[in-house]
Amino acid sequence: MPLNQSFVGRTYPPTEPYEVGREKIREFAKAIGDANPAYTDQRAAKTLGHPDVIAPLTFPFVITYPATAQVVDDPELGLDFSRVVHGDQKFTYIRPVHAGDQLSVVCAIEAIKSVAGNDFISISGKVYDQYGGHVVTSTMMLVARAPEGE
Amino acid sequence: MAARLKYAEIEAGTELPPLTVPVTRATLVQYAGASGDFNPIHWNEKFAKEVGLPNVIAHGMFTMASAIRMVTDWAGDPGAVVEYGVRFTKPVVVPDDDKGAVIEVSGKVAAKLDDEARTVRVDLTVTAADQKVLGQSRAVVQLA
Repeated sequence: MPLNQSFVGRTYPPTEPYEVGREKIREFAKAIGDANPAYTDQRAAKTLGHPDVIAPLTFPFVITYPATAQVVDDPELGLDFSRVVHGDQKFTYIRPVHAGDQLSVVCAIEAIKSVAGNDFISISGKVYDQYGGHVVTSTMMLVARAPEGE
Repeated sequence: MAARLKYAEIEAGTELPPLTVPVTRATLVQYAGASGDFNPIHWNEKFAKEVGLPNVIAHGMFTMASAIRMVTDWAGDPGAVVEYGVRFTKPVVVPDDDKGAVIEVSGKVAAKLDDEARTVRVDLTVTAADQKVLGQSRAVVQLA
Protein backbone atom coordinates (compact mmCIF):
# COMPACT_ATOMS: atom_id res chain seq x y z
CA MET A 1 0.00 0.00 0.00
CA PRO A 2 1.47 3.41 -0.93
CA LEU A 3 2.50 5.69 1.91
CA ASN A 4 -0.04 8.24 3.01
CA GLN A 5 0.53 11.63 1.33
CA SER A 6 -1.03 13.41 4.28
CA PHE A 7 2.20 12.80 6.24
CA VAL A 8 4.06 15.38 4.12
CA GLY A 9 4.88 18.29 6.41
CA ARG A 10 4.76 16.24 9.60
CA THR A 11 7.48 17.47 12.00
CA TYR A 12 8.91 15.44 14.88
CA PRO A 13 10.12 16.70 18.30
CA PRO A 14 13.80 17.76 18.64
CA THR A 15 16.22 15.01 19.69
CA GLU A 16 18.26 15.08 22.91
CA PRO A 17 21.45 17.14 22.39
CA TYR A 18 24.52 15.32 21.06
CA GLU A 19 27.81 16.82 22.20
CA VAL A 20 30.42 16.83 19.44
CA GLY A 21 33.77 15.78 20.93
CA ARG A 22 37.26 16.32 19.52
CA GLU A 23 38.19 12.66 19.85
CA LYS A 24 34.98 11.53 18.13
CA ILE A 25 35.80 13.82 15.20
CA ARG A 26 39.35 12.41 15.12
CA GLU A 27 38.00 8.83 15.11
CA PHE A 28 35.55 9.62 12.30
CA ALA A 29 38.13 11.44 10.17
CA LYS A 30 40.50 8.49 10.55
CA ALA A 31 37.77 6.04 9.56
CA ILE A 32 37.10 7.93 6.31
CA GLY A 33 40.85 8.20 5.62
CA ASP A 34 40.86 12.00 5.71
CA ALA A 35 44.03 13.49 7.19
CA ASN A 36 42.97 17.15 6.85
CA PRO A 37 44.40 18.89 9.97
CA ALA A 38 41.21 20.97 10.34
CA TYR A 39 39.67 17.86 11.93
CA THR A 40 42.41 17.08 14.41
CA ASP A 41 44.64 20.08 15.04
CA GLN A 42 43.04 22.97 16.93
CA ARG A 43 45.72 25.39 15.79
CA ALA A 44 45.19 24.48 12.13
CA ALA A 45 41.43 24.84 12.55
CA LYS A 46 41.83 28.25 14.19
CA THR A 47 44.15 29.41 11.41
CA LEU A 48 41.29 28.66 9.03
CA GLY A 49 39.01 30.79 11.19
CA HIS A 50 37.15 28.05 13.07
CA PRO A 51 36.66 28.21 16.86
CA ASP A 52 37.80 24.57 17.33
CA VAL A 53 38.43 21.47 15.20
CA ILE A 54 35.63 20.99 12.68
CA ALA A 55 33.86 17.79 11.70
CA PRO A 56 34.02 16.19 8.22
CA LEU A 57 31.12 17.16 5.94
CA THR A 58 29.21 13.91 6.26
CA PHE A 59 29.68 13.64 10.05
CA PRO A 60 26.21 15.06 10.89
CA PHE A 61 24.75 11.82 9.49
CA VAL A 62 25.98 10.13 12.68
CA ILE A 63 23.41 12.27 14.46
CA THR A 64 20.69 12.77 11.87
CA TYR A 65 20.33 9.15 10.84
CA PRO A 66 19.41 7.83 14.31
CA ALA A 67 17.05 10.83 14.58
CA THR A 68 15.11 9.59 11.55
CA ALA A 69 14.15 6.49 13.55
CA GLN A 70 11.26 8.62 14.82
CA VAL A 71 9.95 8.80 11.26
CA VAL A 72 10.88 5.32 10.11
CA ASP A 73 9.33 3.73 13.21
CA ASP A 74 6.25 5.98 13.20
CA PRO A 75 3.49 3.31 13.36
CA GLU A 76 1.01 5.63 11.65
CA LEU A 77 3.33 6.05 8.65
CA GLY A 78 3.72 2.28 8.23
CA LEU A 79 7.06 2.19 6.41
CA ASP A 80 8.44 -1.36 5.96
CA PHE A 81 12.07 -0.79 6.87
CA SER A 82 13.17 -4.24 5.66
CA ARG A 83 12.56 -3.00 2.11
CA VAL A 84 14.25 0.39 2.55
CA VAL A 85 17.44 1.55 0.84
CA HIS A 86 19.17 4.93 1.08
CA GLY A 87 18.47 6.67 -2.23
CA ASP A 88 20.17 10.00 -1.92
CA GLN A 89 21.74 12.29 0.64
CA LYS A 90 22.47 15.98 0.86
CA PHE A 91 23.99 18.34 3.42
CA THR A 92 23.32 22.08 3.29
CA TYR A 93 25.51 24.06 5.66
CA ILE A 94 24.97 27.36 7.44
CA ARG A 95 28.33 26.86 9.21
CA PRO A 96 30.68 23.91 9.84
CA VAL A 97 30.07 21.63 12.83
CA HIS A 98 32.84 22.01 15.42
CA ALA A 99 33.90 20.37 18.66
CA GLY A 100 31.82 21.64 21.58
CA ASP A 101 28.61 21.91 19.58
CA GLN A 102 25.59 20.41 21.30
CA LEU A 103 23.41 19.41 18.41
CA SER A 104 19.75 18.61 18.31
CA VAL A 105 17.84 17.40 15.25
CA VAL A 106 14.34 18.26 14.12
CA CYS A 107 13.08 15.78 11.53
CA ALA A 108 10.33 16.48 9.04
CA ILE A 109 8.77 14.60 6.14
CA GLU A 110 9.39 16.74 3.07
CA ALA A 111 7.90 14.63 0.30
CA ILE A 112 6.31 11.27 -0.40
CA LYS A 113 5.77 9.78 -3.83
CA SER A 114 4.98 6.36 -5.15
CA VAL A 115 6.25 5.12 -8.52
CA ALA A 116 5.64 1.62 -9.84
CA GLY A 117 5.02 0.25 -6.35
CA ASN A 118 8.17 1.82 -4.93
CA ASP A 119 7.74 4.44 -2.21
CA PHE A 120 10.07 7.45 -2.08
CA ILE A 121 10.16 9.40 1.15
CA SER A 122 12.27 12.50 1.63
CA ILE A 123 13.16 13.31 5.25
CA SER A 124 14.95 16.44 6.40
CA GLY A 125 16.93 16.70 9.62
CA LYS A 126 17.53 20.29 10.65
CA VAL A 127 20.44 20.45 13.05
CA TYR A 128 20.50 23.19 15.70
CA ASP A 129 23.20 24.12 18.23
CA GLN A 130 22.71 24.77 21.96
CA TYR A 131 21.96 28.45 21.24
CA GLY A 132 19.16 27.61 18.84
CA GLY A 133 21.28 28.47 15.80
CA HIS A 134 20.69 26.47 12.63
CA VAL A 135 23.96 24.69 11.70
CA VAL A 136 23.20 22.28 8.87
CA THR A 137 20.32 20.48 7.23
CA SER A 138 20.65 16.84 6.20
CA THR A 139 18.14 15.67 3.62
CA MET A 140 17.83 11.97 2.82
CA MET A 141 15.63 10.08 0.47
CA LEU A 142 14.65 6.57 1.47
CA VAL A 143 13.30 4.17 -1.12
CA ALA A 144 11.01 1.35 -0.01
CA ARG A 145 11.04 -1.18 -2.81
CA ALA A 146 7.82 -2.85 -3.86
CA PRO A 147 7.25 -6.21 -2.12
CA GLU A 148 8.06 -9.30 -4.19
CA GLY A 149 5.30 -10.42 -6.49
CA GLU A 150 3.47 -7.06 -6.64
CA MET B 1 35.89 30.42 5.81
CA ALA B 2 39.45 30.46 4.64
CA ALA B 3 39.59 28.69 1.31
CA ARG B 4 42.99 29.20 -0.22
CA LEU B 5 41.67 29.31 -3.77
CA LYS B 6 40.58 32.65 -5.14
CA TYR B 7 37.22 32.79 -6.88
CA ALA B 8 38.55 35.25 -9.45
CA GLU B 9 41.29 32.82 -10.49
CA ILE B 10 39.09 29.74 -10.96
CA GLU B 11 37.53 29.04 -14.35
CA ALA B 12 34.57 26.82 -15.14
CA GLY B 13 35.95 23.57 -16.52
CA THR B 14 38.95 23.49 -14.16
CA GLU B 15 39.70 19.86 -13.32
CA LEU B 16 40.43 18.89 -9.72
CA PRO B 17 43.31 16.55 -8.86
CA PRO B 18 41.71 13.07 -8.90
CA LEU B 19 41.67 10.70 -5.95
CA THR B 20 41.94 6.93 -5.56
CA VAL B 21 40.50 5.37 -2.40
CA PRO B 22 41.22 1.71 -1.57
CA VAL B 23 38.51 -0.01 0.48
CA THR B 24 38.98 -3.29 2.29
CA ARG B 25 36.82 -5.15 4.79
CA ALA B 26 38.93 -3.59 7.54
CA THR B 27 38.01 -0.13 6.20
CA LEU B 28 34.32 -1.01 6.49
CA VAL B 29 34.65 -2.37 10.02
CA GLN B 30 36.45 0.81 11.06
CA TYR B 31 33.78 2.98 9.42
CA ALA B 32 30.99 0.95 11.04
CA GLY B 33 32.53 1.59 14.45
CA ALA B 34 33.12 5.31 13.90
CA SER B 35 29.72 6.01 12.33
CA GLY B 36 27.56 3.66 14.41
CA ASP B 37 26.15 2.01 11.26
CA PHE B 38 26.41 -1.72 12.02
CA ASN B 39 24.14 -2.96 9.24
CA PRO B 40 25.50 -6.50 8.56
CA ILE B 41 25.43 -5.99 4.77
CA HIS B 42 28.66 -4.02 5.37
CA TRP B 43 30.59 -6.77 7.14
CA ASN B 44 28.78 -10.12 7.01
CA GLU B 45 29.14 -11.90 3.65
CA LYS B 46 26.59 -14.59 4.49
CA PHE B 47 23.98 -12.01 5.41
CA ALA B 48 24.75 -9.82 2.38
CA LYS B 49 24.26 -12.74 0.01
CA GLU B 50 21.06 -13.82 1.76
CA VAL B 51 19.52 -10.41 1.02
CA GLY B 52 20.50 -10.67 -2.63
CA LEU B 53 23.75 -8.70 -2.78
CA PRO B 54 26.76 -10.08 -4.69
CA ASN B 55 28.93 -9.69 -1.57
CA VAL B 56 29.57 -7.30 1.31
CA ILE B 57 29.12 -3.70 0.15
CA ALA B 58 30.64 -0.45 1.40
CA HIS B 59 28.48 1.99 3.35
CA GLY B 60 27.11 4.53 0.89
CA MET B 61 28.00 7.18 3.45
CA PHE B 62 31.62 5.97 3.44
CA THR B 63 31.77 6.42 -0.33
CA MET B 64 30.16 9.84 0.00
CA ALA B 65 32.67 10.85 2.71
CA SER B 66 35.64 9.57 0.68
CA ALA B 67 34.65 11.34 -2.53
CA ILE B 68 34.35 14.83 -1.06
CA ARG B 69 37.97 14.67 0.13
CA MET B 70 38.93 15.47 -3.45
CA VAL B 71 37.10 18.79 -3.06
CA THR B 72 38.15 19.63 0.50
CA ASP B 73 41.82 18.90 -0.30
CA TRP B 74 41.52 21.21 -3.31
CA ALA B 75 39.73 23.98 -1.40
CA GLY B 76 42.10 23.79 1.57
CA ASP B 77 39.41 24.40 4.17
CA PRO B 78 36.72 21.69 4.47
CA GLY B 79 34.48 24.44 5.89
CA ALA B 80 34.47 26.06 2.43
CA VAL B 81 32.12 23.33 1.17
CA VAL B 82 28.65 24.67 1.95
CA GLU B 83 26.57 22.09 0.14
CA TYR B 84 27.15 18.47 -0.86
CA GLY B 85 24.69 15.98 -2.27
CA VAL B 86 24.83 12.57 -3.95
CA ARG B 87 22.56 9.86 -5.25
CA PHE B 88 23.50 6.27 -4.41
CA THR B 89 23.33 4.51 -7.78
CA LYS B 90 25.36 1.29 -7.42
CA PRO B 91 26.92 -0.38 -4.39
CA VAL B 92 30.71 -0.66 -3.99
CA VAL B 93 31.24 -4.42 -3.68
CA VAL B 94 34.14 -5.27 -1.35
CA PRO B 95 35.56 -8.80 -1.66
CA ASP B 96 37.35 -10.43 1.27
CA ASP B 97 40.90 -10.33 -0.11
CA ASP B 98 44.02 -8.18 0.18
CA LYS B 99 42.91 -5.75 -2.50
CA GLY B 100 39.26 -5.12 -1.67
CA ALA B 101 37.72 -2.45 -3.90
CA VAL B 102 38.96 0.85 -5.29
CA ILE B 103 36.87 4.03 -5.49
CA GLU B 104 38.00 6.45 -8.21
CA VAL B 105 37.06 10.10 -7.81
CA SER B 106 37.46 12.85 -10.40
CA GLY B 107 35.68 16.11 -11.02
CA LYS B 108 35.70 19.63 -12.32
CA VAL B 109 34.32 23.06 -11.69
CA ALA B 110 31.00 22.87 -13.51
CA ALA B 111 29.94 26.46 -13.03
CA LYS B 112 30.69 29.70 -11.23
CA LEU B 113 27.46 30.30 -9.34
CA ASP B 114 27.54 33.65 -7.62
CA ASP B 115 30.14 36.41 -8.02
CA GLU B 116 29.12 38.06 -4.76
CA ALA B 117 29.06 34.90 -2.60
CA ARG B 118 32.12 33.61 -4.58
CA THR B 119 30.59 30.14 -4.90
CA VAL B 120 31.35 27.50 -7.52
CA ARG B 121 29.73 24.16 -8.22
CA VAL B 122 31.98 21.12 -8.47
CA ASP B 123 30.62 18.00 -10.18
CA LEU B 124 32.17 14.74 -9.04
CA THR B 125 32.47 11.48 -10.94
CA VAL B 126 32.74 8.53 -8.58
CA THR B 127 33.27 5.01 -9.88
CA ALA B 128 34.27 1.54 -8.65
CA ALA B 129 34.96 -1.41 -10.96
CA ASP B 130 34.22 0.95 -13.91
CA GLN B 131 30.68 1.60 -12.72
CA LYS B 132 29.32 4.90 -11.51
CA VAL B 133 28.55 4.41 -7.80
CA LEU B 134 27.39 7.94 -7.00
CA GLY B 135 25.12 9.95 -9.29
CA GLN B 136 24.39 13.67 -9.33
CA SER B 137 27.32 14.12 -7.01
CA ARG B 138 27.71 17.86 -6.56
CA ALA B 139 29.30 20.25 -4.13
CA VAL B 140 29.01 23.99 -3.72
CA VAL B 141 32.26 25.58 -2.57
CA GLN B 142 32.77 29.09 -1.27
CA LEU B 143 36.13 30.42 -2.43
CA ALA B 144 38.22 33.33 -1.24
